[in-house]
Amino acid sequence: MALDFAKGITEFRWHGRGGQGVITSNQMLGKAALAEGNYIQAFPEFGPERTGAPVRAFLRISKKPIQVYAQVYKPDVVVCIDPTLLDVVNPAEGLKEDGILVLNTDKSPEEMRKKFNFMGGKVVTVDASTIAMDIMGRPFYNMPTMAAAVMATGTVKIETVINEVIERYPGKVGQLNKAAMERAIEEAQTG
Amino acid sequence: MSEKYNEIPMAGNIIEPGNATKYKTGGWRAQRPIHTDETCLWVKNGTCGLCWIYCPDNSVKLIEKDGKYIYEFDLEYCKGCGICANQCPTDSIRMENE
Amino acid sequence: MTAVKRIPKDQIAIEGLTGDAAIAHALKQCDLDVLAAYPITPQTIIVEDYQKFAANGEVHCRVIPVESEHSAMSACIGASAVGARVATASASAGLALMWEILYCAASMRMPIIFTVANRALSGPINIHNDWSDTYGARDSGFIQIYTQSCQEAYDTTIMAFKIAEDHKVLLPIMVCIDGFILSHNVERVEMLPTKAVENFLGVREPFIKLDPDNPITMGPLALTDYYFEFKEQQERAMEAVPEVFAQVETDFEKMTGRRYGMFEEYRTDDAEIIIFTHSTPGGTAKATVDVLREKGEKVGVLRLRMFRPFPTKEIVEVVKNAKAVIVFEKCRSFGAPSNPLALELRTALYDLEKRPMVVDFVIGLGGRDCPPTTIVEGYEKTKEYLKKGKAPLYETMGVRK
Repeated sequence: MALDFAKGITEFRWHGRGGQGVITSNQMLGKAALAEGNYIQAFPEFGPERTGAPVRAFLRISKKPIQVYAQVYKPDVVVCIDPTLLDVVNPAEGLKEDGILVLNTDKSPEEMRKKFNFMGGKVVTVDASTIAMDIMGRPFYNMPTMAAAVMATGTVKIETVINEVIERYPGKVGQLNKAAMERAIEEAQTG
Repeated sequence: MSEKYNEIPMAGNIIEPGNATKYKTGGWRAQRPIHTDETCLWVKNGTCGLCWIYCPDNSVKLIEKDGKYIYEFDLEYCKGCGICANQCPTDSIRMENE
Repeated sequence: MTAVKRIPKDQIAIEGLTGDAAIAHALKQCDLDVLAAYPITPQTIIVEDYQKFAANGEVHCRVIPVESEHSAMSACIGASAVGARVATASASAGLALMWEILYCAASMRMPIIFTVANRALSGPINIHNDWSDTYGARDSGFIQIYTQSCQEAYDTTIMAFKIAEDHKVLLPIMVCIDGFILSHNVERVEMLPTKAVENFLGVREPFIKLDPDNPITMGPLALTDYYFEFKEQQERAMEAVPEVFAQVETDFEKMTGRRYGMFEEYRTDDAEIIIFTHSTPGGTAKATVDVLREKGEKVGVLRLRMFRPFPTKEIVEVVKNAKAVIVFEKCRSFGAPSNPLALELRTALYDLEKRPMVVDFVIGLGGRDCPPTTIVEGYEKTKEYLKKGKAPLYETMGVRK
């Protein structure tokens, strides 16, 4: 019998590569949830971080204090911010039946459903790489991907997340990220 | 040496400076230093003092009195280690069995 | 120090902090005079953050970036000897390099706060969590407190100074968090206003100090004639810890409403099986127990906080009527009949006429993840052992064999 050890907790798993801001965006989403009065745990899959190596990060959000200290095995939400990883890892692994899969890709949700054989929940795709290059001119696609995830899950308000981003990156960088996040929300496809 | 744990200072701290004077090491001596005034540079003109510098027990007493230089050992603390005899550049100190 | 008052909500800052950052912020508020440390993963952020505070002029503290951990603890002792409030941080190999000086710090009765992000020891080299480093130092004379959450790490670091500096105690304290699992985990932390922390701790009043105007000698030689008596003094100081600890917690509770105890009891009242562990597995065990209770299992958790001094009598009171106690510990004492935590518990229970069965599981060495399923597996095994009436002295769980 499967036991639910995460009752009342929304669990995220992030995939990306070292240097792409997986840990940062995970922490920012966590801090936004915190700002809305939640308890959180935001932690990377621990290891010596190496630029370019696949990395994972985990986030728990709950109205009550969180007692479990372990990796997330059955996430409610999986976010993959690097399109090249989609041929390396299976982001849908362990994802709950009614879970949400958020991917940075130029492909459609339908294609991704087929690719990962995930027929439940929701699949959201967003071409965050193009958005980042268009707006920031550099491959900072973690924030637009996160924006799509925030929109898809509704766990945290997008305004709170944008506030966190602007606070962390005051000035132009924050504003560009904000623009990229807003465009990502507009362009994200759900299917 | 019969004090209990709560009758001695915490952590072995020595809270009375210079209390090593209570421990008379003169009793350890197997050989005692014998000093010769004739060749000693301190007695001659108040110089040298290597024995005084090297003595580990502060047992060499270099005394200046009425314009004269006087040499003494403090045998209450001298352990008879012989460092003074070894250091003396004019061989004015020799060690003799007690 | 003026009387401790409850801090109003609007003066409490809520932040998302990692375990390391929570400790760094606590140290920032504790008005340190000296911090001497050498960087090592996973405690790095503690000193990194604190160095930032120092560089920004937010603290009036001399930070000494020493060339090794051996020197770090030595510098701490020197600073503590002149009456300074002192802290350091390390883990694993760094803690091992401090080894000789750990004993000096404790025996010289220096109230140094040593924050540790528990990490496995080499080899093979490994940066992840287990408890081998501080368990190894269990006999060094340090008080050891293990914490579960970032909030608890923050609170405990602050309280540690008040416990260590009490003249009835005067012992150094290790405040431990699980490396990476907590040290790099952002959680919600309620931070006190600095003024409140300063008021709570006051300025350190040294029992005795090095002072050129009143010369004394610290750390001299003591041989067969006196050494044993100084060890007796150390033991008596350890015995004084629970009372001082309780008093400090009472004051802290008045200020914050939070109290942790020498251990936490969770749903133990009618428990037939009690899980005994500490640090983050203590949290995981509580979450697991909630689920098992829903299935009707009579199970609870005793989450230890203070490993030294070990609260022997109090623990016996909690577990004596249980059928079994399951120990989960992240350390193997090679060649020993069982492992550090279970050894303590078995010794504590030995004199009882009717003892609960003690089942010892070694888990999570080198940072291997310990999810709730690990706890459930141990629980199911224990039920089988109870049926059989016999359990092995210890077993490893989660290793491929």
